[in-house]
Amino acid sequence: MANVHEFDVVVVGAGGSGLMAGLYASRGAKTAVISKLYPTRSHTGAAQGGISAAFGNTEEDHPEWHTYDSVKGSDYLGDQDAIEFMCNEAIDAVLELEHMGLPFDRTPEGRILQRNFGGHTNNVTGKPVRRACHAADRTGHMILQTLYQQCLKNKVNFFDEYQVLDFLVVNGKAAGVVAVELATGELHTFHAKAVIFATGGHGRVFEVTSNAYAYTGDGAAILLRRGLPLEDMEFFQFHPTGIYKLGILITEGVRGEGGVLVNGKGERFMPKYAPNVKDLASRDVVSRAIYTEIREGRGVNGQNYVYLDSRPESIIKYAAEDGRTNSDGSPYTITAEELLKKLPDIVDFNRVYLGIDPMTQMMPIQPTAHYTMGGIPTNKFGEVVIDDKNTVFPGLYAAGECACVSVHGANRLGTNSLLDLIVFGKHAGLRAAEYARQADFQKLPDDPTAEARAQFDGLRSGSGKENVFDISREMKKVMFEDVGIYRNEKGMKSAIEKIAEWKERFKHVRITDTGRVFNTELLNAWELGNMLEISDVIAECALNRKESRGGHSREDFQKRDDVNWLKHTLAWKKNGKIEIGYKPVVITKYQPKERVY
Amino acid sequence: MQVTLKVFRYNPDVDKKWHYETYNLDVEETERILDLLELVKGHYDGSLSFRRSCAHGVCGSDAMRINGRNMLACKTLVRDVGDKITVEPLLGLKVMKDLIVDMEPFFDNYKKVLPYFINDSPLPADGKERLQSPEERARFDDTTKCILCAACTTSCPSFWGSDDYLGPAALVTAHRFIFDSRDEAASERLKIISETSGVARCHTVYNCTMACPRDIQITKAIGELKMATLTGKVD
Ligand SMILES: Cc1cc2nc3c(=O)[nH]c(=O)nc-3n(C[C@H](O)[C@H](O)[C@H](O)COP(=O)(O)OP(=O)(O)OC[C@H]3O[C@@H](n4cnc5c(N)ncnc54)[C@H](O)[C@@H]3O)c2cc1C
Ligand code: SF4
Ligand code: FES
Repeated sequence: MANVHEFDVVVVGAGGSGLMAGLYASRGAKTAVISKLYPTRSHTGAAQGGISAAFGNTEEDHPEWHTYDSVKGSDYLGDQDAIEFMCNEAIDAVLELEHMGLPFDRTPEGRILQRNFGGHTNNVTGKPVRRACHAADRTGHMILQTLYQQCLKNKVNFFDEYQVLDFLVVNGKAAGVVAVELATGELHTFHAKAVIFATGGHGRVFEVTSNAYAYTGDGAAILLRRGLPLEDMEFFQFHPTGIYKLGILITEGVRGEGGVLVNGKGERFMPKYAPNVKDLASRDVVSRAIYTEIREGRGVNGQNYVYLDSRPESIIKYAAEDGRTNSDGSPYTITAEELLKKLPDIVDFNRVYLGIDPMTQMMPIQPTAHYTMGGIPTNKFGEVVIDDKNTVFPGLYAAGECACVSVHGANRLGTNSLLDLIVFGKHAGLRAAEYARQADFQKLPDDPTAEARAQFDGLRSGSGKENVFDISREMKKVMFEDVGIYRNEKGMKSAIEKIAEWKERFKHVRITDTGRVFNTELLNAWELGNMLEISDVIAECALNRKESRGGHSREDFQKRDDVNWLKHTLAWKKNGKIEIGYKPVVITKYQPKERVY
Repeated sequence: MQVTLKVFRYNPDVDKKWHYETYNLDVEETERILDLLELVKGHYDGSLSFRRSCAHGVCGSDAMRINGRNMLACKTLVRDVGDKITVEPLLGLKVMKDLIVDMEPFFDNYKKVLPYFINDSPLPADGKERLQSPEERARFDDTTKCILCAACTTSCPSFWGSDDYLGPAALVTAHRFIFDSRDEAASERLKIISETSGVARCHTVYNCTMACPRDIQITKAIGELKMATLTGKVD
């Protein structure tokens, strides 16, 4: 067979989690990392604010506090054993990055500098704690670069600009993946003992999003098609501060440094919704607060946006109001120059896309679709699990945003995703290599690329009366409006009907580009197919969950309901229909209670 | 507003030779050039191909020539360039299709400068971070910002002359490590960049600095490298 490659471990995706997995797996097994983008183009590079670890470099902090904050942030849907595991590993994980050369910002003593972030608190006083380790406002960029560089140093095998289309299962075990080489259009089979998915999220199903074009949910959709379940897909995070209309993220770090949200009447409104931590409440709480302001007519000029005020004089004024102090107890102040040093890219985005200067003007912001909490179910070692008993699928692993461990539950805390990539990327890599050492290759199917070819052929032979772009635009709009921050039965039912219509229309799409070289039209169409699958699962799971919890807010069921809904959703695709099951949440130390910020 | 967008086209599976297509579009002046390309792809010609991912200037996918200058399509707005817009692939790298060029020679050069942190000394006894003062950290901050978009290297006449010249981007990476107080391989890297394909080929044309979408002071960084290769000292 032409184009067949053999590796012990194949990693799909080269963002933070994929590179970490690749680095660790390659130490113990012959490993390839396959990515549809050049590794350094991965969306990890867009992460701004920081990565959390309870070092306590400038004030008291403990991994137990980090654990509790994450459990509370997850609205008690996160699995507490996994959260505790992650928070305990955080310090070593961040130190490992530093040892790999990551240029963190520094304290005067030369240690890693930390800043405040939403939902991270001193558990005794309830006040915000500095837990986010950062490199200016491009922490993700530095993580991505550093890990890629270390992979080069360690001679990891890369297949750049290869897009994975299918996962091969033989005898109920992983057997490899099929990918298309973008530069030639040729299909390749990667025969492997173990496969790690690290393909990132799917925020592109929503109209206003901070997510990259590449965030089309490929990994999750591929596994769904192969009969595996997805977990907690109704939980999607809307970040409070995206640039109005564009959705480009303005990091929570801006509020960490003292910025505040202001409505159209010029009032700071977060104290009404979160009296203790105010603008640093968890994201679901802040996003809903913004929407409530807008709905009640207090958006700016009657429009769908509010302001984020980061002008130094405002920061100082509000910090004094809040009694905020530096670590030595002196009143908190900041200058424009210091702010520029801490948030250079944010200043740049404002200048380029809005033509405004955040040192003297307020930024127009609205909530933006940001983070996929649900995904491919795994245990804390990155092994994919496929039912309510957490049965492991032999040879299959997942890590990063495409996975659902679940450490983020119903709402992720800022800075916990980068941490998740490093911790679970590493363990997935280690486990996969270990598995590959004792497992045999499964025999490849006779025609391994058949399913991938069939999907492409379908896209080339439609009637051509439908257009990918139109379907995609309609999907994003409806998903944002009806399956977005606020949800109700009527809206979601209508969205589900429309998704079925789009899927029908999608069959009539035809690719006009007949070439093989970089046929981006074909791949974009294939990605739309994935997004339609994913939208369907999100909407069905959201309609099914009759409560409000974390990022899932139902207007018709406004309260959290622990009696009936303290459980994970699992969704399968069977005979063209979504089937829903459940699995218990792991609760160890922290009994669910009402969330107050 | 009405704009005319003229785009370099070449599909090796179909076209014998490259050509330009012109599209008349009705767009907002705040739209990105990338939005215009997406619009053309969606409604005029699905085969138009270009790389993109983040759409806000941080991933380095979509460097291209816009009205003759290297820029990121996602970080350039219509109002920045006016109503007559010409978009072409980067110079000095082989065109594979439309606006997509072969990035391999670019990444090959990057790989030559040992683009990774090297420090084989034992970790601090407490197992914690290697200490670095804020001043030491600031010393190489500018060159940590590089997103490997190739806008600089492909604007450089020396690189057009021969692609064995390491080029500004690789030198920026060398700078990032050479001036990092924690790294121990400065002398090896200085040796690499002193060879004929290295800093000597820079004739201080400043094209790279003008092109960099991350506002990295590239010519200054290369100047510091030149100085270091001459004195053998890094400070
Ligand atoms: C703007 C922004 C700011 C953020 N800031 C923070 C922050 O400050 N702190 C924090 O903790 N989190 C932050 N996050 C979240 C965090 O950055 C992401 O969740 C995380 O980086 C995802 O990493 P990943 O490794 O899962 O995926 P990615 O880095 O996106 O990598 C996905 C990889 O999969 C590849 N891929 C996808 N599909 C295929 C396919 N079919 N075939 C082959 N390869 C494929 C891609 O090429 C890519 O290499 C932020 C997110 C955004 C969008
Ligand atoms: S130095 Fe600037 S222009 Fe050159 S590759 Fe890096 S980011 Fe791009
Ligand atoms: S698309 Fe990422 S830099 Fe332009």
